Amino acid sequence: MTDLGDVRGDFPLLGRTFEGRPLVYLDSAATTQKPHRVIETIDRYYRELNANVHRGAYRLSAAATDAYEEARAKVARFIGAGSPEEVVFTRGATTALNHVAYGWGLHRLGSGDRILLTVMEHHSNIVPWQMVARLTGAELVYLDVDDEYRVDLSNLDELLDERVKIVSVSGMSNVTGALGPVAELAEAVADTEAVLVVDGAQLVPHAPVDVAALGADFLAFSGHKMLGPTGIGVLWGRPERLADLEPTEGGGEMIVDVTLTDAKWAPVPHRFEAGTPPIAQAIGLGAAVDYLEDLGMDAVRAHEEAITAYALDRLSEIPDLTVYGPRDVATRGGAVSFELGDIHAHDLATILDEHGVAVRAGHHCAKPLMRRLGAVATTRASFYVYNVAEDVDRLVEALWKAREVFGLD
Amino acid sequence: MADLDELYREIILDHYRNPRRRGTLHGPHVHAEGVNPSCGDEFALDLRIEDGVVTDVAIQGQGCSISQASGSMMAEAILGKEVPAVEDLMAKFRLMMGIDEGDSPIDPNRPGSVLGDLEALQGVRRFPVRIKCADLPWTTLADALAKAEAGT
Repeated sequence: MTDLGDVRGDFPLLGRTFEGRPLVYLDSAATTQKPHRVIETIDRYYRELNANVHRGAYRLSAAATDAYEEARAKVARFIGAGSPEEVVFTRGATTALNHVAYGWGLHRLGSGDRILLTVMEHHSNIVPWQMVARLTGAELVYLDVDDEYRVDLSNLDELLDERVKIVSVSGMSNVTGALGPVAELAEAVADTEAVLVVDGAQLVPHAPVDVAALGADFLAFSGHKMLGPTGIGVLWGRPERLADLEPTEGGGEMIVDVTLTDAKWAPVPHRFEAGTPPIAQAIGLGAAVDYLEDLGMDAVRAHEEAITAYALDRLSEIPDLTVYGPRDVATRGGAVSFELGDIHAHDLATILDEHGVAVRAGHHCAKPLMRRLGAVATTRASFYVYNVAEDVDRLVEALWKAREVFGLD
Repeated sequence: MADLDELYREIILDHYRNPRRRGTLHGPHVHAEGVNPSCGDEFALDLRIEDGVVTDVAIQGQGCSISQASGSMMAEAILGKEVPAVEDLMAKFRLMMGIDEGDSPIDPNRPGSVLGDLEALQGVRRFPVRIKCADLPWTTLADALAKAEAGT
């Protein structure tokens, strides 16, 4: 399909068979499989390096700390950050977005202020803002999506007035695959007081991202959607923004001094990492980043465009199948949501599962977008580096079987 | 794919596509709603009970074929039954589906003799993640009966 080659051999889980055939894993937008390199790195950490970080005066703790901080440096390099200090390790993209909502929004928003979002957001980029809006009296306003499933910017000038203090947008929809208008919004907020937050949970794993050029103030993403383990994510912030961000969790590790009445925060980024961090997970994410850099993110993106184009093409052969997402692969990622006739998404997912094809069915944690699209539930196939054309063929074959089961012929 | 044919029996697809007793009730009735938050399936039930007998029932909802067909068949099965008989039906259904522990009450030699059309849902047992779909209307029914009992 592309010069990425067949990397499936790097992923032990993909060697499993279901119904006597290799598993076709098409749910990478939910979580990705892990390459040997990540699994072995985590295994080795627990066998050889396990100790708490930034605490012990012994050599093992120092080695664990070095490995943890090296992972931070790898992630920083991967996204083009100016320094590792711009990278905060979190539990995932959700926690990263909550850091901004509570650490920035809660302290700066007041009655009459506005938070500008889009209807295409994942719940994790809606609910934290709703919670903070409730506490501050701020108001949420939304950019709509157009008929091509792209964020509609036609009324941006009208919506982006001086009341807007925060703009938060997905870099890539987990439902429609549409790329978010990050560059356009970055340009628009440049002349305003508003900060731009990018939910990069889908974008960062699937396309080259350079924060120096992104134009965002904050970027959130998750490790487990980019070949790393669960329980680790990243909040990147511009140094001047992180300096003004309030910690949302207090505890050990995030202080330089504590008295009975007061505490003084540790420097950035440690002030945002209260308690023992997910050490093995951070180091595992570092290994995932190494793996992706070896593949090359340009090649990752090219592979995804190619397999998505192939999938959209093959899916168009199936009668009564509706795809919810842009046709032009240059404007989208590899999450492909669809409906097939009157077959409910859960029924379709069950039938596909019986054919060894793993897909997601439901509202994809984006109920406002689903309502906007007029869909109750969709089936979603999502692709990553290990998917090949045969996976798409198996999906299409199983969809034809589903038509039979439901008597659509 | 015999399991799939067993799961999506003709009668299930028929109830999915042509749900019986769909609508709402006017006049005195109890109303209960159920939702499976993990998948978004919704089911709602209007129930009229007079002198201990289910004299009218109407259902609403949206979701997969299993949840909606289960609700449609349930609505037909409970209409005209006395409340204890409805409770007996609920208990048998739960045993058949393996939701409650115990022997299935279904007689394999006489299909349909115990729970009628509802027996078509037995195929769901082989798909454990889908059992909650079949059960949604029944937990909603239990809620409606509790409301009726409490007089709300």
